[in-house]
Amino acid sequence: MPATTVTARADHGDSPVRSAGGAPAKGRRRSGPLARIPVPLWLLLPAALVLIPLFGYPLYQLGLLSVLKFGQPQASGGVPTEFVGLSNYTDVLGDSQFWSVLGQTLAFAAFCVVATLVVGAVCAVLLTRVGKWPRLLLMFGALGAWAAPAMTGSTVWMFLLDTNSGLVNEILGTQGHNWMYDKWSAFAMVAVVVVWHSFPFVMITLYAGIQAIPDSILEAARLDGAGTATIFRRIMLPMLRPLLVIVVIQSIIWDFKVFTQIYVMTGGGGIAGQNLVLNVYAYQKAFVAENYSLGAAIGVLMTLILLAVTAVYIRSLRRSGEEL
Amino acid sequence: MKKLARGAALAVLAGTVATACAPGTAKTASSEDKQTGTVKVWLYDEANRAPKEQVVAQAVADFKAKHAGVDVQVSYIPTDAGPRAEKMKGAFNDPSSAPDVVEFGNTDLFGYTASGGLADITSDLANWEEGKDLPQDLKDTAVVDGKTYGLPWWLGVRALYYRTDVFTELGLAAPTSYAELKSAAEKVRSAHGDMLGIAVGGKYTFGALPFVWANGGDLATANGSAYTSALDSEKSQAGVKAYTDLFTDGICPAQQCADLTGGKTVESFAAGKAGMAILPNSSRSAVEAGAAKGKYAIVPLPGAEAGKIAPAFSGGNDLGVMKSTQHRSLAVDFIKELASKKNQLALFDAMGNLPTLTSARAEVVQKQPWLKPFTDTIEAGTKFVPKDAAWAKIDAQNVVPTMLQKVITGKADVAAATKEAAAAMNTSFSGK
Repeated sequence: MPATTVTARADHGDSPVRSAGGAPAKGRRRSGPLARIPVPLWLLLPAALVLIPLFGYPLYQLGLLSVLKFGQPQASGGVPTEFVGLSNYTDVLGDSQFWSVLGQTLAFAAFCVVATLVVGAVCAVLLTRVGKWPRLLLMFGALGAWAAPAMTGSTVWMFLLDTNSGLVNEILGTQGHNWMYDKWSAFAMVAVVVVWHSFPFVMITLYAGIQAIPDSILEAARLDGAGTATIFRRIMLPMLRPLLVIVVIQSIIWDFKVFTQIYVMTGGGGIAGQNLVLNVYAYQKAFVAENYSLGAAIGVLMTLILLAVTAVYIRSLRRSGEEL
Repeated sequence: MKKLARGAALAVLAGTVATACAPGTAKTASSEDKQTGTVKVWLYDEANRAPKEQVVAQAVADFKAKHAGVDVQVSYIPTDAGPRAEKMKGAFNDPSSAPDVVEFGNTDLFGYTASGGLADITSDLANWEEGKDLPQDLKDTAVVDGKTYGLPWWLGVRALYYRTDVFTELGLAAPTSYAELKSAAEKVRSAHGDMLGIAVGGKYTFGALPFVWANGGDLATANGSAYTSALDSEKSQAGVKAYTDLFTDGICPAQQCADLTGGKTVESFAAGKAGMAILPNSSRSAVEAGAAKGKYAIVPLPGAEAGKIAPAFSGGNDLGVMKSTQHRSLAVDFIKELASKKNQLALFDAMGNLPTLTSARAEVVQKQPWLKPFTDTIEAGTKFVPKDAAWAKIDAQNVVPTMLQKVITGKADVAAATKEAAAAMNTSFSGK
């Protein structure tokens, strides 16, 4: 999935060149009503054919479900569904647990995004500085973490962190310490695993970005007397900006929607539900409490929150004069 | 890849929505009754699966000998309330991937029936010769609105297992009251720092409920067919306090015990890491297979006052036929095979599961003196969960474990935690 985004990004970067070259051919030998449809729309058609059924339909169903009363008796018991308007939304918004879960989801996601970016960026810079073998090793290690399915990764980490026989407690000499007992300790452990899973994407993307900066520019800057810090701040950072934007948005979306790691590592939300995040909370409401419509309402709210966060972020970038 | 995994919940959610909503509801009524093919069976994955697998394998072989051209595929599903509820709901919503025969806890029956997941097998059981031996009160536990949805397969009652070697070493006698139980637990742990005084768990609902019942409390009170939670009554609160008071560093440290399930307490006791545990008769095989073998005895769980027995939860598992099955007759024949006297006795020998057929039970009780504490417990009176569709939901949502864990971890006091749990239960009872 991330690979697609990177390619899309690369295409976007190339497009001014391509359309400039292709411009003379445009509009030739065309007639009839179809010709009035602008070319860009034609080009969007294949993507739309895939995206609308794949994303549009489920989203429509999610929205529909969120305004119905739909529980297990409706799903399989033959009880007719009933339109209830916005009452699922008022139920969710009136639930104090929703707000506390939302708060800790935002805090957890923010922490994970920052940590992922820092670790990923540091490793990317490291990759450009070290020799061939260390670089290969780091690449292999990071790709291994990236390739590990979230389920497997979380389970293996839980073995390491086991209260009575885990390797971590063995090494630290703290047998009997339950890392998942305290709320913040549990969140920290999950965050470590989330970052471990997602920093390779950031690392490789930024490493590719750094490699793509032409040496001539860096040389010119150096000739003009710029130091390492200045080169980083004035040359590399602006040139990496489009990549950073993508990486930040991706990380926000991923970390806001984190599910597997929390679900597996805290056993569905931690002791007395202390480690719930929105996605797990929605799952608990929908599939455990058998209230599918309430879960759908939480899903819709999550989508809206993510859209809002992303929109604000992109807007602030536009304001600061950078084109996305 | 990773994004896919991360978004799995939403995708699943959206997927379920699409499939469940498009035609209105999942089609559950079966149209066929095939006489050949594969009968899919879901059984519980107990703490010690191997002996159960052997009994089931033999039953499958017998069944296949009687039915040519029929195959039986057995899968084992998790027993913890949350995961097993998810599994079953998946089966209700998607009949094409559902099994034909299921084993389920007798408390789940009401929720499953309301979900339209189970087939009515009243007439099938009525003309089952061996089934005439099934006592009426047990049959009644599987009846909703006059129709039978389950075949009671085996019974499980909990009692107190304790380590005879440790108790002898410390000069302790088997506890006969809550106070004695608590002080014995403290003495065990202070003498053996690596052992839990008693293995109790924050997620062990049926380990905690006897304490509530022993103090005169209850989960809920019935008013006609409507239930109201009674967890926040004074007596229930006293019971919750008695149970959660065992989660101290001197008995069962909260760090280690707050998230233990019933299954984990079995493992802990079987591995020789606990001085006592509240385990069902069906867990005896797991204990026998562990380090505690030959070094333990069983007594009824003492009540609040000396000499009294704490009311136990009358647990047990039923066999049922899924409404969506395409092999209805075969499925019914298979549950009759599994629940035959021969197989109930085999299951008892392998696991210690108490048979439901009266004659089989009489036989094993006479043969096996270790069963006495369990039969004594049954005679002293057992309790059950509310016979309401909402219970499966309450159980799956971990209402009772959340309440216990809040008290154990000090996030709330007994009064606040029980009040919150009672409110959550009442929400479910009111059908919201």
